[in-house]
Amino acid sequence: MSILIIAEHDNSDLRPSTLNSVSAAQAIGGDIVVLVAGSDCAGVADTLSKVPGIQKVLLADNPVYSHHLAENMAPLVAEIAEGFSHVLAPASTTGKNLMPRVAALLDMQAISDISEVISPDTFKRPVYAGNVIATVQSSDEVKVLTVRSTAFEAATAEGGNATIEQISSVHNQDACTFVGQELAVSERPELTSARIVVAGGRGMGSSEGFSMLEKLVDKLGAAMGASRAAVDAGFVPNDMQVGQTGKIVAPDLYIAVGISGAIQHLAGMKDSKVIVAINKDPEAPIFQVADYGLVGDLFELIPAIEAQL
Amino acid sequence: MKVLVAIKRVVDYNVKVRPRADATDVDLNNVKMSINPFCEIAVEEAVRLKEQGLVNEIVVVSIGPQQAQEQLRTALALGADRALLVVTEDVLEPLAIAKCLKVLCDREQPDLVLMGKQSIDGDNNQTGQMLAALTGYPQGTFASKLELTGDNKATVTREIDGGLQTLALTLPAIVTADLRLNEPRYASLPNIMKAKKKPLDTSTPDELGVSISPRVKLLKVELPAQRAAGIKVADVEELMDKLKNEAKVI
Repeated sequence: MSILIIAEHDNSDLRPSTLNSVSAAQAIGGDIVVLVAGSDCAGVADTLSKVPGIQKVLLADNPVYSHHLAENMAPLVAEIAEGFSHVLAPASTTGKNLMPRVAALLDMQAISDISEVISPDTFKRPVYAGNVIATVQSSDEVKVLTVRSTAFEAATAEGGNATIEQISSVHNQDACTFVGQELAVSERPELTSARIVVAGGRGMGSSEGFSMLEKLVDKLGAAMGASRAAVDAGFVPNDMQVGQTGKIVAPDLYIAVGISGAIQHLAGMKDSKVIVAINKDPEAPIFQVADYGLVGDLFELIPAIEAQL
Repeated sequence: MKVLVAIKRVVDYNVKVRPRADATDVDLNNVKMSINPFCEIAVEEAVRLKEQGLVNEIVVVSIGPQQAQEQLRTALALGADRALLVVTEDVLEPLAIAKCLKVLCDREQPDLVLMGKQSIDGDNNQTGQMLAALTGYPQGTFASKLELTGDNKATVTREIDGGLQTLALTLPAIVTADLRLNEPRYASLPNIMKAKKKPLDTSTPDELGVSISPRVKLLKVELPAQRAAGIKVADVEELMDKLKNEAKVI
């Protein structure tokens, strides 16, 4: 078997989720080849060449791939995928955007968001917003998979010595063009890979409520998250949303503040190692998944916690 | 301009599904079914474009059992003009659905295809991207904003990890709706009555010439591992003590 992984990166840095996909590939077993497609992204290929377990890094370095547009990337990946038994990518918005398009070009039925490898053709994945785990078996010749990063440990990043091979194939179309992007700039760790996440909900009451939470977040060196209710209320931007339709996180410590614990939210954080819930309603469902629950007024409790750090 | 909106009949988002006793699938007996919430947002977006005078026809499509007529009627009541139902009792995979939609796109020649980014049952998030591959159309997935800019183009703002991305797509194009694209309206009673008279045609995957034989077999379903119930701490001091000395996470 041979496995092709599509690396996720921003042309300068590798996204850590790629290393979780490497672990998933190791669980499947077989030769591992990674494709780095982008523009001025040779540094990313160098980084990946040091990851033990990767045999070869393919580098498609061309301006047409700089924004990872699915319209240009999918034909490239489909072309390279020939001969591979599996094609993997992290189940991020980039991977979810790209991989079904690749699968359809190959006439394969993709499997999204795998959370466990049972055998090379059988996988577990969450369905119904994570309320149910399905075990599915693919009969397709090429298994096109996206990988839930929080379900696999990150592979070791140092010690390997893979060869780097240039790919000159250029796929360019003009039906989809990049206009721009606004990425949240933050000194804080990235939400999906942070060791500690502090998340606020509707109970924060306002954007100002979140400002109070920020002090705790920064003292802990944590990332800040939010429930859908807080995002919909306009307290914080949508890229902070944790839940089935937002980010899936599994930090060592998750502190849910003023979050009632709707099933949609729990689906995004219940694999965290330790969960703390702070809520004024002792009956809130969040307490059913929390290791430590603290009932009370968050506007008094949060400064008190901060003072003890 | 003509818009095709694809919708799916799914278990209502308020229903908490459970595996059947034999674990072969989830138990959907006697549960409430609805339009997939993301698909409802796609319908709403099409209706708003029509209200702005940018679109003159909305064709709503579903692929599923006969009862999916209920969801198509709902979409007609929300403002779609006519409906197509591809009837099948089998549970189709996203690729098979995309192939059916491809045939319908060839027949209907829409300028824009709108659909939800994913259904809340399978959570696959694949059909729109697959249809885009099969038709060769550009794709704007996870859209939080859609503008038709004239000149046969659409500008789509997408919700991506870390922020927002804006793409310009040349029509015809596929756009899949994310939660914040709009807030769908409720159908009014007069519109529900009117919807009953709007045309609804049916066909089958066979008639469309699409093979629907499954590629992926569902072996079993189970509940996720449950977390052991934790404890309530009395105060901040006890919480900090537990986090430092018991859980050792700070």
